[in-house]
Amino acid sequence: MLGEGLIKGLAETARNFVGSYFSAERLTTVQYPEERIAPYEATRDFPFLVYDGDDWEAGLRCTSCQICEKECPPKCIYIEKSKDKKPDFTGRPQTYPARFDIDISVCMSCQICVEVCPFEAIKMDTEFELSTTDRFGGLLQNRKQLAKSNAHYHKIHPTEAAESDAGLAAEKAKFDAKTKAAAEAAKAKAVAAAQAGEGA
Amino acid sequence: MFEKLDQIFVLLLHWILGWLPAGLRPVTGVLLSVVTIVCVFPALFAICVLLERKGLGRIQNRYGPNRVGPFGVLQPIADGIKSLTKEDIVPLSADAVVHFLAPVVLVVAAFLGFAVLPMGRNMVLVDMDASLLFYFAIGASTELSVFMAGWSSRNKYSLLGAMRAVAQMISYEVPLLMSSVVVVMMTGSLSLVKIVEVQNQYTHGLPHWYIFTPWGFAAFILYAVAGTAETNRSPFDLPEGESELVAGYFTEYSGFKFALFFLGEYLAMLSISGLGATLFLGGWSAPFAFLSWVPSWIWFFGKMMTSIGVFIWLRGTLPRLRQDQLMNFAWKFVLPLTLINLFVAALWRFMGEGWLRWAVCSAILMVIYILMARVGMRREHLGPREYRYAE
Repeated sequence: MLGEGLIKGLAETARNFVGSYFSAERLTTVQYPEERIAPYEATRDFPFLVYDGDDWEAGLRCTSCQICEKECPPKCIYIEKSKDKKPDFTGRPQTYPARFDIDISVCMSCQICVEVCPFEAIKMDTEFELSTTDRFGGLLQNRKQLAKSNAHYHKIHPTEAAESDAGLAAEKAKFDAKTKAAAEAAKAKAVAAAQAGEGA
Repeated sequence: MFEKLDQIFVLLLHWILGWLPAGLRPVTGVLLSVVTIVCVFPALFAICVLLERKGLGRIQNRYGPNRVGPFGVLQPIADGIKSLTKEDIVPLSADAVVHFLAPVVLVVAAFLGFAVLPMGRNMVLVDMDASLLFYFAIGASTELSVFMAGWSSRNKYSLLGAMRAVAQMISYEVPLLMSSVVVVMMTGSLSLVKIVEVQNQYTHGLPHWYIFTPWGFAAFILYAVAGTAETNRSPFDLPEGESELVAGYFTEYSGFKFALFFLGEYLAMLSISGLGATLFLGGWSAPFAFLSWVPSWIWFFGKMMTSIGVFIWLRGTLPRLRQDQLMNFAWKFVLPLTLINLFVAALWRFMGEGWLRWAVCSAILMVIYILMARVGMRREHLGPREYRYAE
């Protein structure tokens, strides 16, 4: 009969209306500033720079190779290379960024900078509450604001950080082995040269 | 004591007037009443908006506004401040004068309707003999303001919305009037005060409301349908269908003019609810004889707000109609039913007291309703669509 569907529909909405006062399951809203959902491990928002140890400036992994700057699709990274050098995690002297700025109002969270970084120096953060009252300076983050410790990285992305650490350790071991082998070879060569000298 | 409470507003007015010289009394009395109406109904509008947003939220299993003040009760104030401080943009090619006048005309017309509604015992601003006629004459002028808004904006969405609105309002104006005519036939008067007085009688403690008769019940349902369409409320909100026409006829309005349109729409809802309560639900009379001590204005406003609640409930339930469905429903279903209802009401009047007229009138209405639903509102089964492509 005409009007039957109307009554059914009204009953359904009435059930929802009353039900929302009595069953908390119906209300799926998370009231954000007070209530929060824990972020998923794969959450990514804006990049940050990883440093080892306690001193952010000395520990920065970035060698200012500028690959990320070139690869960044919206061109939101600005890097200035340092004139001097400091040792990296393997001990080799490397340049470091004298300036490293990311304009987070331009950044589109694509993670390409992270994919291309050969030094595991730039990673994605989960921090998203970055609003500021200064829309020009406030949204341009410098290297000090971007620098976050490896411990922080472990906290937000444990699995990924462990993989990254393992990769770095393997590379360091490889490098150490290589330097050791080179040193031994050099030593052997020196010994051989000495023996040859004696023989002559 | 309850007598005094019932007449508190009337007594207050007389007390204030007592301080004034006799010459000023009539003018001041009218002015004070007008000011009261102009203050009370916007306040009710604020309450309605809050109720609507909370109610719709709950229907959709959301919280609704709950940030401004305890439980979000101050939300209307925040909304008001926001709309007052927003920039008032008038399109460059708009007809500025008409564009300005349209919301004003709408609100004025909406307020004028309240002048003749009896809101309590002795509480009516103008007690004229043809108040129902006056009400419908004023109600029809809202169509003018809607078309003014749509035409002057020089925007195709506005114009489409306005054309839809005019077509819809004129179509539903007819059943709205026709469903009210039965009440006039029974009462023998166009005066709303008289209509309420006739309904304010009790037999065995039950009221003589018109809704408790077969023709009155049918007329009330038809009135509710036509009233919903007349106020452009969902499911008849085609003129302002936001998914189709941005905002319909008030697309080009911003700031306080937009708020005025919003106010006008809610005032129309309130007044159509008030008229419905007056015509069919006994106006300010109590639902049971033993409750007649409760002040009359509480009943009137209670009935009005209950209707608003039903409006909100319907909005939360029903999807929007299509234009052809809207027109079919008006001309092929609602209007014939109101005409038949006129006949049924006449039959009721001349069959005399007794159970026979109850049986006959109810049977006629039921049979007609079912037949009309089967024949008139039959779904047309369209075959699969054939597409022709350009070669």
